[in-house]
Amino acid sequence: MNWKFSGDRPVYQQIMALIRGAILRGELPPGGKIPSVRDLAAEAQVNPNTMQRAMTELEREGLLVSGGTSGRTVTENPQVLEQLRDRTLEELARECAEKFMVFGITPTQAAELLLKLEKK
Amino acid sequence: MDCVLKATGLTKCYHGNPALDNLNLELPQGRIIGLLGPNGSGKTTFIKMAAGLLTPTMGEITVCGEKIGPASKALVSYLPDRTCFSKQRRVSELLDFFGDFYQDFDRSRAEHMLTALGIAPQARMRTLSKGTQEKVQLVLTMSRRARLYLLDEPIGGVDPAARDYILNTIINNYEPSATVLISTHLISDVERVLDEFLFLYQGKVIRQGETDAVREETGKSLDELFREVFKCLPNC
Repeated sequence: MNWKFSGDRPVYQQIMALIRGAILRGELPPGGKIPSVRDLAAEAQVNPNTMQRAMTELEREGLLVSGGTSGRTVTENPQVLEQLRDRTLEELARECAEKFMVFGITPTQAAELLLKLEKK
Repeated sequence: MDCVLKATGLTKCYHGNPALDNLNLELPQGRIIGLLGPNGSGKTTFIKMAAGLLTPTMGEITVCGEKIGPASKALVSYLPDRTCFSKQRRVSELLDFFGDFYQDFDRSRAEHMLTALGIAPQARMRTLSKGTQEKVQLVLTMSRRARLYLLDEPIGGVDPAARDYILNTIINNYEPSATVLISTHLISDVERVLDEFLFLYQGKVIRQGETDAVREETGKSLDELFREVFKCLPNC
């Protein structure tokens, strides 16, 4: 995973976004094991408490499942995974729309531009 | 949460001038905390009092409930802001020395770190560069299984690669029962490892909190916040 952090957002939230991304791309497959907090913190070079917080929050979202002593795994619940996908795509669309808006381009006009790209 | 260090009304004056002014604070266990402030704000004075090298003019400081003395020193691992070992000593002799002196010294951990840093145990301190001497000192400090680590400017004198190694050492040696207090000016380098921070100015804590809470509430990094807070203050 590419652990790079910016200063403008809490690190635990940035970790959550990175893990969500890895799950969506299939790098962390459903049911896949998540390394220990200590190992992940060492890999990401962040404070273990921060990593712990990110893991706890992801568990609360239902994306990660705590398996007690056997560690955490990625959820196998298709509904949760689909929700994540929908939410991420919606977020991407919103960001995209906002960027077009800066140039005064409406979502409809933006969609036309995207279609043109597809034809190419 | 159990507190590892407690200061009450802590004051230190040098020739009548307060370097620390009626400081009250508690450091919880299992945290990595940044002690941040401009030059002369009292960082080193505070750390030296917690390590038992200076006595308070007024007030008190305790470590895990122990007053400062042999009992507290057995729990505190202190890294001074300067090199303090005899230059004639070999690195391996310093390991022997620490092993004799501190019950909680983990020699294999120290040897492991020296190898990772490429420092030969048979080398004499005087043959090593200043940065390497600082690394040796940090290795010794971090190889104790202490409850409180007091690191005074641990990354100031070393190159960026060694800086990363040192910060990773702090992360990898993290124990939920121990707290690490790091004083530094190099905030952007350390902020990813800090749970909490204390801003010290003219001997007082003027701001403290959680690092991630700062980002959440202000959208700023700790480094940016520091520059902002200390920009408008005179004499710094």
